[in-house]
Amino acid sequence: METFFWIDKLVLVVILFLISLGIAAYQTYFERKLAAWIQDRVGPDRAGPFGILQPIADGVKMFLKEDFTPSNADRWLFIIGPGIAMFTSLITSAIIPWGPDLHLFGRTISLQVAELNIGILFAFGVISIGVYGIMIGGWSSNNKYSLFGAIRASSQMISYELAMGISAITIIMISGSLDLREIVQSQAGMNWNIFYQPVAFVVFFICALAETNRAPFDLPECENELIGGYHTEYSSMKLGLFLFSEYVAMFVSSAIMAILFFGGYNFPGMDYFAESPNLLAVLGLSVFFLKIFLFIFVFMWIRWTIPRFRFDQLMHLGWKVLIPIALVNMLITGFVTAWSNGWF
Amino acid sequence: MESLTNRKKIVSDKPMTWVEKLYLPAILKGMMVTLRHMLKRRKTVKYPEEIREFAPVYRGMHVLKRDEQGRENCTACGLCAVACPAEAITMTAAERTKDEKHLYREEKYASVYEINMLRCIFCGLCEEACPKEAIFLTDRLVPTQFERGEFIYGKDKLVESETARIDITKRQFTGKRTHV
Repeated sequence: METFFWIDKLVLVVILFLISLGIAAYQTYFERKLAAWIQDRVGPDRAGPFGILQPIADGVKMFLKEDFTPSNADRWLFIIGPGIAMFTSLITSAIIPWGPDLHLFGRTISLQVAELNIGILFAFGVISIGVYGIMIGGWSSNNKYSLFGAIRASSQMISYELAMGISAITIIMISGSLDLREIVQSQAGMNWNIFYQPVAFVVFFICALAETNRAPFDLPECENELIGGYHTEYSSMKLGLFLFSEYVAMFVSSAIMAILFFGGYNFPGMDYFAESPNLLAVLGLSVFFLKIFLFIFVFMWIRWTIPRFRFDQLMHLGWKVLIPIALVNMLITGFVTAWSNGWF
Repeated sequence: MESLTNRKKIVSDKPMTWVEKLYLPAILKGMMVTLRHMLKRRKTVKYPEEIREFAPVYRGMHVLKRDEQGRENCTACGLCAVACPAEAITMTAAERTKDEKHLYREEKYASVYEINMLRCIFCGLCEEACPKEAIFLTDRLVPTQFERGEFIYGKDKLVESETARIDITKRQFTGKRTHV
C-alpha cells in the first residue's frame, strides 16, 4: 500500500510537471496569437500548421543562445535566481486538488499531490518566496536597471500580497477551512464563492495580476523604461526560465482563483455522475481546466487592453484602495459569519 | 470654432465622479473594444502565399516598347530625360544605318539608354513626355540588389524582347498602336 501510494504520487508529480511546462509553453503561443487577433494581425503561423510548433522553436532558440554572465555579477546568485523563480511557481501546483478521486485498479487515487490541511497558507508562503527569485536575479546582475526592476518587483509583490491575503481570509471564513480540497468541496455544484464574495474576487484578481507581474502591473520588467527590468542581463535558458516561470505562475494562480472563487472542479449537475466516479473525475478535471483557461484568457485579454500603471499609481492602488476595500469586506464577512453561526 | 471633423471631443478637467474613480467600467469598456477587434478579420496579406493585387495604373519598372514589327520605338529625342524630375534618365543618340532598318523605327535611335533606379521616383512623367509611345511604366517591381551599380538599368534590361512582349494596355492605351 505504501509503495503504491508513492508510485501514485510520483506519477502525478511527473504528469503535473509536464502539464505545467506544456501549458506554460503553449501560453506563450496563445498569448502571441491573442495579441495578434486583438491587433487585427495573424500572429505566428510559420512553424507547423497555424504555427503550433512555435513554442518548440522558441525553446530550441533559447537553448542555442549564448549563455552570458556579466563579469561583475555574483555568479552563484545569478544562477540561483531563475531557479528559485521557476521552483516557486512550479511547487504551488502540488497542493492544488485537480479533480475528484479516481477509482482505478481497486484503489482510490487522489488527484492532489500533497493533501495539506493548511494548503492555502502554503500557497501564500511559496508565492512570497517567489519574490526572492526576482530580487536575487536583479541584484546579482550588478546592473542598475535590473536592480530597479527587482526593487519594484519586491515592493509591488509585498504590498499586493496583503490585500490578496485579506481577501483570501474571507473565503477561509466562509468555508471554515484552510484545506484547499475542503474549500472546493464546500462549493459543491453551483454554490460558488464568487456569488457570496464578488468584492473579494475583484480584489484577489487584481492582486493576482500584480503577483504574477502581468500587465498592467508589469513594472518590474517594463520593456520601455527598464529594458527588461530584473532579467536585463540574462540570456539563453536562464532568461527562458524567468519568462517561463511567469507563465507557470499565471497558470497556477488561475488554478487558485478557480478553486477559491469558482468552485474548482465543481460544476452544476455533478450528482448525476455520482454512480460513476471515474467519469466524474474526468469531467471535473476538464471543467477545472476550462476554468483555468478562461482565467488565462482574461489575463491575456487584460494585458493587451490596458496600459501599464505608473509606479506611484500602483502603490496608491495597492495601499490606499485595495487594502481598505479588502479589510472592510473582511469585517463585514466576519460579522455576517458570526451572526449566522449565532455567536452574538 | 467649427470643428473640421466629426470626431472632435470636448476635453475637461472636472474632478472624477465616484463611479469614474472605480475605473472598472472604463476598463470593461476598453476590453469590449479589444474583444471586438479579436473577432474582426485580419488585415494582413500573407505575402509569399498571397500577393496583393496591383492597381491597374501601378507605376513600377519601366519598359522600352517595340512596335508591331519588333522595331524599337525610341528615337532618343531626350524629352523623357528633360521631363524627369529626379534626373534619372541618360541617353546617347546614334544614327541608324541602312542595314539597321529592321531594328529601329526612326532614323535616330538611342545607342545607350540608362535609368538609375535609385534616383527614379516612379512619377511617370517620362511616359507622359514621350511622343513616340516608347517608354512606359509597368506593374513589375525593381528587384533588390547588393551593389548600387546594379541599379543603373541599361537597354539590356529595359527594352522588351520581341518574343515576350510586356502588356501595358491596362496602364495606358491610346488606340494608336495595333499591338500590346
